[in-house]
Amino acid sequence: MEKWSNNKAWLLVLPVFVIVAFSAIIPLMTVINYSVQDILAPGQKVFVGTEWYREMLGDYRLHEALWRQFLFSGLVLLIEMPLGILIALAMPKKGWGVSVCLVTIALPLLIPWNTIGTIWFIFTRPDIGLLGAGMNNWLGIAFDHTANPLDAWITVMMMEVWHWTPLVALLAYAGLRAIPEAYYQAARIDGASAWSTFLFIQLPKMRGVLTIAFLLRFMDSFLIYAEPFVLTGGGPGNSTTFLSIYLVKIALLQFDLGPGGAFSLIYFVIVLLFSFIFYQALQRVGKGEKV
Amino acid sequence: MARIELSEIAHSYVPRPGEESEYALKKINNVWEDGAACALLGPSGCGKTTLLNIVSGLLTPSRGRVLFDGRDVTRLRAEKRNIAQVFQFPVLYDTMSVYDNLAFPLRNRGINETRVRERVLEIAEVLELTSFIGKRAAGLAADAKQKISLGRGLVRSDVAAILFDEPLTVIDPQLKWHLRRKLKEIHEKLKLTFIYVTHDQMEALTFADQVAVMYEGEIVQVGSPQDLFENPEHRFVGYFIGSPGMNFLECTIDGKVAHVDGADIRLDEKTAAKGLEAGGKLELGIRPMYLEVHGKPGENRVEAGVRMVEDLGSYKIVTLRLAGRTLKASLSDDQPVPEKRAWLHFPPKWTRLFADGWRIK
Repeated sequence: MEKWSNNKAWLLVLPVFVIVAFSAIIPLMTVINYSVQDILAPGQKVFVGTEWYREMLGDYRLHEALWRQFLFSGLVLLIEMPLGILIALAMPKKGWGVSVCLVTIALPLLIPWNTIGTIWFIFTRPDIGLLGAGMNNWLGIAFDHTANPLDAWITVMMMEVWHWTPLVALLAYAGLRAIPEAYYQAARIDGASAWSTFLFIQLPKMRGVLTIAFLLRFMDSFLIYAEPFVLTGGGPGNSTTFLSIYLVKIALLQFDLGPGGAFSLIYFVIVLLFSFIFYQALQRVGKGEKV
Repeated sequence: MARIELSEIAHSYVPRPGEESEYALKKINNVWEDGAACALLGPSGCGKTTLLNIVSGLLTPSRGRVLFDGRDVTRLRAEKRNIAQVFQFPVLYDTMSVYDNLAFPLRNRGINETRVRERVLEIAEVLELTSFIGKRAAGLAADAKQKISLGRGLVRSDVAAILFDEPLTVIDPQLKWHLRRKLKEIHEKLKLTFIYVTHDQMEALTFADQVAVMYEGEIVQVGSPQDLFENPEHRFVGYFIGSPGMNFLECTIDGKVAHVDGADIRLDEKTAAKGLEAGGKLELGIRPMYLEVHGKPGENRVEAGVRMVEDLGSYKIVTLRLAGRTLKASLSDDQPVPEKRAWLHFPPKWTRLFADGWRIK
């Protein structure tokens, strides 16, 4: 059958196209525009081609920030995914406890990100913070996130886990609630242990929501900015300078728009690439056929 | 193999039930003989599934005992009873192959892998699953999935009874027939006790040798399909079985005659006498196929108005109006249907009398 061309249909797509253009395409084009020029002064710019890309790709500080970022996201996923599932499994299934648990768990998600940085900054301060002072003065363990890189990492990780594990837990809980009772009944009749029930019923049934949780946590943790910026400012030294913190230093503090643009695009491609790989991999989990 | 006996079973989902209405199951006494094909028939919400879950051990009844071959298993958990259950929709382990799905209950019980393989292949053969035994179960059609659910019960050599909870709900109509025949075949081959819960009378009557009809948490009658049709013990059975269901007319008795708002219907002498004795709210019941419709007045005939005729191909359903009440009669295709006025005859042999819902015997 021949396709019937109806040009009016394009009009219907137009609003979406305009919105996407303003929200994504135009900003992206601007960044691409910056990334291939050297802007010397307003109105005075030189086309430099791929020079900024080559420079940024060879920048050892970017490499360091990138590995730091991978370590951070890796740890985030390793801790938050199992912990979130564990919390979801431990939550009550009915009664008044459900609402209490849901609200309590969701609280960290409702706090503005800058505030979270501030809360943890004060909480872990060695002189007045409950945790910081408690560690140093009562337990006698030297702990100072402003001076010791390891302490800074521990603090950032604790903050991140506290802030975002609830999201994983809520998604996993929703996935668990959606499993029909008959699956559990069949498992009981088949004599399955609690571990088998988890492995063969709960985990496979949660795959969809866990894929979403995994991708969201990967992307968000890879793009993290506000909380570590407030908490450590990237320090001590460069020990918690993640990609976005380094990017802001180049683009806004040094006002190098060209290298900043190139950096942004490289950053964007990395996130896109890894999200794609993870998505494909997670879609295939458990789909292999055995003979 | 097991004979399943329910003794004084009652169940309530309320923690401390007081009134009778809080009980999902009121008082159930029933025996399913070893190797029988039984159906549990009733409308939605009558307690069928509750009763089934009590037999399989997924629920512990509030009161009463469950006996397998005389052994009290009331407090025994589901996995410790030698029983399998097939649910309304196929329950599979999505990430496993058909083989692993079938092997799962055996592996959980620590049976060695050679024996597992033997059993799984044997059952796969019976269920015609051999051709996709290595495939992932999740990708198969609904009927194959439901066969796998059944297979997980059959592989266990110790299994005594298989419970079916409306297992054909999600199956396409053409395949339903095929699968039901397959179930009968398996039942004959393996001689297991099958208990089949359904709200579809056709399914129950074709599958089972013995049907228990449930109504509001009670078993109102247990019998062969023919028994249920011809001699309903309770007005609900009369109404629920058969299409259309039994006709009921409220009446009073005077001698051998039942009065239905001015219309007089002759009864069988014995029935009438017992009806007089019984008292309570009396109702006369007759199956549409036994109600005779004539074009002329005659002895023991009462006049009625013809309201509607539905031609269903091989037979006709006539809706009649008698003394302000609606009746249905089914007539064979070659029988003429009178226009406007008709004279009805209630053959005493097929006219039943019910007192407060229960048939007078």
